[in-house]
Amino acid sequence: MKTFEYARAASPSDAVRRSGPGVMYLGGGTNLVDLMRLGVAQPDHLVDVSRLPLDAIEQAGDRLRIGAAVRNSDLAADPLVRARYPMLARAVLSGASGQVRNMATVAGNLLQRTRCAYFQDVSRPCNKRRPGSGCPAIDGDHENLAVLGRSDACVATHPSDMAVALAALDAEVHVTGPGGDRIIPMPGLHRLPGDAPERDTVLEPGDLITAVELPPPPPGASAYRKVRERASFAFALVSIAAVLDVRDGAVAGCRVALGGVAHAPWRAGRAEQAIIGGPATGEAFLAAAEAELDEARPLPRNAFKVPLARNLIVRTLEELTP
Amino acid sequence: MDITLQVNGVPRAVDVDPRMSLLDLLRERLGLIGAKKGCDHGQCGACTVLIDGRRANSCLALAVAVDGSEVTTVEGLAGGDGLHPLQEAFIEHDAFQCGYCTPGQLCSAAGMLGEPGPSAVTDDVLVDPDLTPAEIRERMSGNLCRCGAYVNIVSAISEVAR
Ligand SMILES: Cc1cc2nc3c(=O)[nH]c(=O)nc-3n(C[C@H](O)[C@H](O)[C@H](O)COP(=O)(O)OP(=O)(O)OC[C@H]3O[C@@H](n4cnc5c(N)ncnc54)[C@H](O)[C@@H]3O)c2cc1C
Ligand code: SF4
Ligand code: FES
Ligand code: FES
Repeated sequence: MKTFEYARAASPSDAVRRSGPGVMYLGGGTNLVDLMRLGVAQPDHLVDVSRLPLDAIEQAGDRLRIGAAVRNSDLAADPLVRARYPMLARAVLSGASGQVRNMATVAGNLLQRTRCAYFQDVSRPCNKRRPGSGCPAIDGDHENLAVLGRSDACVATHPSDMAVALAALDAEVHVTGPGGDRIIPMPGLHRLPGDAPERDTVLEPGDLITAVELPPPPPGASAYRKVRERASFAFALVSIAAVLDVRDGAVAGCRVALGGVAHAPWRAGRAEQAIIGGPATGEAFLAAAEAELDEARPLPRNAFKVPLARNLIVRTLEELTP
Repeated sequence: MDITLQVNGVPRAVDVDPRMSLLDLLRERLGLIGAKKGCDHGQCGACTVLIDGRRANSCLALAVAVDGSEVTTVEGLAGGDGLHPLQEAFIEHDAFQCGYCTPGQLCSAAGMLGEPGPSAVTDDVLVDPDLTPAEIRERMSGNLCRCGAYVNIVSAISEVAR
């Protein structure tokens, strides 16, 4: 590991003041420390933001404000989150392990990097790690990588489970930075790779996430489902966060977000539009899933994700139908 | 950098390189070799300790980042000369073979027993469920055992959870 200087930020504005070239924020460290050990991240300065007073979950009118430094386990155990946003609790609980969730923060979870094996191996080329060096995953190991929204430069997926639920819930990410404060609606925090895969998100250098705010939960039943290679403690092959509101046999509201399929949590807007207003039937859900996945451009070894995502959408919505 | 930790109840002041993990600090500087290095990536749980009472992977924690914290390792779990109930149950249930994962299993179980709320296998997230074997398995999934002592680990923890 390359050496660096460590400092604790005294306040959000102090953290931003300390930002600059070579400076990175440290949350729980569960991703960043690992990437530093692998030589993938090489900050000169670490500014620890994990102990900032951004660790509360508060009701703000009919909205819920979750501080950026709230630990993943505290988020999932929070009574208000469990009662009003059970899908979010489930998504968080499906990720990592009890130990990692105790350490990991909300902001760090959103900004964790891809698990693409080439990205993590500094002896290999990778456009995300070293822009312009190439993408060995396209002709190599891409089983776990993207089928939607990928580019010729990068086919990585975003690994977060929590972010998928936040995308379905229309969460807002609150940011402060050298350019001032702003609010980024999910799923707009994460970018598609295009020709700049080195940028995972729309954040600018020095931007500090301070909170995630949730609007009132959408009416209807909700679920988070994760398909993975073992029953626990593994990243998603495909996951889904879904909400379905059925009234008199017709769908009044529907939200679908997919994980494990793209460089960002994938809000399935086409499927939602196809479903809303129609009958809550398996055929309708299948047609909607197919409309969404029409855009999929799988690679040879991850083509299985397309039928997997289709079946997961249909099964989950069927189970949510009263 | 100078940091101060309470380790198993004893204040320890040490000068550490900012790159040092809590795991390396415990093992190499403080002579506490209970916590093990299995993977150094957060994937195996062998390095699990309690930081301010909560279980954590000490391989992913920078020592400088836990400055001021209370750390409990397997050496301090019982808090005295005797054994912690989990340690007794592990012996009784034959919950280890080579023993490499055991300090991490013990610290993880001790932390887990104090964690409220649902898990990924809980039917209703509003309910704090009973710690059934299925619940224990899910909650302990961050601790791998190469010897495959899982069945006995779960029964040992079940006995203490009761
Ligand atoms: C073995 C293992 C298994 C895992 N399995 C899963 C899984 O199944 N599903 C899943 O979703 N995740 C999984 N994870 C990932 C885990 O959820 C993330 O590592 C964790 O959420 C990152 O949070 P952190 O606070 O530790 O972030 P850090 O590692 O501290 O930081 C991550 C990034 O966020 C930046 N950052 C941190 N805080 C801020 C802030 N306030 N503002 C701006 N930037 C900030 C850092 O600079 C860094 O770039 C796993 C991790 C491990 C080690
Ligand atoms: S898919 Fe993206 S992260 Fe993986 S090797 Fe290609 S450029 Fe790098
Ligand atoms: S050594 Fe820390 S989890 Fe494996
Ligand atoms: S007892 Fe050998 S690894 Fe668990």
